[in-house]
Amino acid sequence: MNTHIQVNNLNAWYGKQPALKEINIEIPKNQITVIMGPSGCGKTTLLKTFNRFLELNDGAKITGEVLVNGQDIYQPDVDVTEVRKRIGLLAQRPYPLPMSIYDNVAYGMNIHRMKKDRLGYKASVKHYLELAGLWDEVQKRLHEPATGLSIGQQQRLCLARGLAVEPEVILGDEPTSALDPISSQHIEKKLLELKSQYTTVIVTHTLRQAKRLADHVIFMYMGEVVEAGPARNVFTNPQQERTRQYLEGLF
Amino acid sequence: MEKPIPLFSPITPAAVSRRRADSFANRAFFMITLIPVALIFIITIALFLRFLPILREHSLWELVSGVTWKPNKGEFGFLPFIAGTFWVTALGVALAVPPCILTALYLSEYARATTRTLMKPLLDLLAAIPSVVYGVWGMLAIVPLVGDVLRPILNRYLGFIPLFASNQPTGFSILAGAIVLAVMIAPFIIAITYEVLATIPQGLRQASLGIGATQWQTIRYVVLPQVLPAIIAGIVLGASRALGETLAVLMVVGNIPQMPNSIFDAGYPLPALIANNYGEMMSIPLYDAALLGAAFILLVIILFFNILSTIVLQRVLK
Ligand SMILES: Nc1ncnc2c1ncn2[C@@H]1O[C@H](COP(=O)(O)OP(=O)(O)O)[C@@H](O)[C@H]1O
Ligand SMILES: [Mg+2]
Repeated sequence: MNTHIQVNNLNAWYGKQPALKEINIEIPKNQITVIMGPSGCGKTTLLKTFNRFLELNDGAKITGEVLVNGQDIYQPDVDVTEVRKRIGLLAQRPYPLPMSIYDNVAYGMNIHRMKKDRLGYKASVKHYLELAGLWDEVQKRLHEPATGLSIGQQQRLCLARGLAVEPEVILGDEPTSALDPISSQHIEKKLLELKSQYTTVIVTHTLRQAKRLADHVIFMYMGEVVEAGPARNVFTNPQQERTRQYLEGLF
Repeated sequence: MEKPIPLFSPITPAAVSRRRADSFANRAFFMITLIPVALIFIITIALFLRFLPILREHSLWELVSGVTWKPNKGEFGFLPFIAGTFWVTALGVALAVPPCILTALYLSEYARATTRTLMKPLLDLLAAIPSVVYGVWGMLAIVPLVGDVLRPILNRYLGFIPLFASNQPTGFSILAGAIVLAVMIAPFIIAITYEVLATIPQGLRQASLGIGATQWQTIRYVVLPQVLPAIIAGIVLGASRALGETLAVLMVVGNIPQMPNSIFDAGYPLPALIANNYGEMMSIPLYDAALLGAAFILLVIILFFNILSTIVLQRVLK
């Protein structure tokens, strides 16, 4: 297995309350890893340690290592903005920035000065809107406010916005939970198409979605990783009693 | 046997009288909430009626554009007072706004929760200090500071600009009034800006941070554009408070009815004119009408700014 992200002895607390306990996992490169587990078990917290979002919470504390390509992103000499550029996050609810559709996609490229001229930005905006499967729907209204899009379109716009800064990892925290079934399908399809180019880590609330997407599964319970491994092994032959119960829908 | 389906019972006299009482209470409460609105109307109209006698002798334009105030000679030019009001208010707001916005941004975007919970009540406390205390502080601290430190320095290096030239020896000036005013309106501007920033969802900030924007870029390109109209409305609301502030300003501003040319000139704002003179020398013809006319003009200016900013703020904060 070609490991992209390796987590060693990771612990996290909100104040004095432990949220992650001794996490040791590996995330394979260019595959979809799905994090499952009951509500409140620490899935979001774990995901937020990958792009250093956890430290946005006052009082959150982290120990241990998160190695991306072998380098610990928590070392003091690492630039947190570069971490977040390279490890993108698709949030639970889409938050379009208060600007036009075009500017939403160009925003990150602008911030990182990634293109030389206007034409470069224009071509890239088109490219990433196509990649997110939104181009056909918005090409005639690129300069209208992004808030006018439907929520499903907004989530694809957020995907395009994230992809535009050329990340190597896509994180998704229940990225379809706010969407209607058709829009959810759209996002799932995109994630499957993109996985050959991006390492993808998705938190999901539904077992069926996990089965549709996962190459690799991490099952969590009460802040701990109970079981992790290739999807077909975990789904068909779970090693742990808790995993088996969860898969059978017992909690 | 099947139970009969219950019908709605016909209305009883008791229910009718209950309903009547209810609608009476409803109307009564509505009337009570109307009182403040009615008061403003009544005061405005009463002031205008008392203003009328002088309007029969001088046109409104003549009054508001006249620069001479000599009640004994029947000259009632309001312009020095209107100008004094706007000078002190504009300068006070200009001094207050930059540090207040930065403070609110710091508290809302950068400060830890503990700092925030400590600082917010302290700032709100500033709003509770009585005007007269600010006035005394202004006389004891700000007037000497302006007169002995700021005036010589600015006059020496920037004196070629009329705005900073000085031709009077004391610190009782527009600038002293503006500094006191700035401190007095600061808690309001900070509080409103902070409230407005709090309406921005965390997810929106994270959308920007999540693609590697710095916190400042996020503030600059995502947060501020979103809240700018509301912040401006908050500033105007602070300004309309400043327009009417009387006592503290009156104590430090010099109170000479002249057209100010420099921030070191003495000024004479409208509220100070009314507070200093109403009730004295009332035997002078039309003096009463002139002072109440000044009050009327002040009220109209303040109402205008207040209503404008309230409308904008309500749109944003709802
Ligand atoms: N901001 C926070 N402050 C304090 N506790 C939190 C915070 N966020 C999450 N928690 C707690 O941490 C635990 C894990 O939460 P989370 O990672 O959001 O779980 P999940 O995403 O699996 O539902 C929960 O017990 C939750 O109550
Ligand atoms: Mg969660």
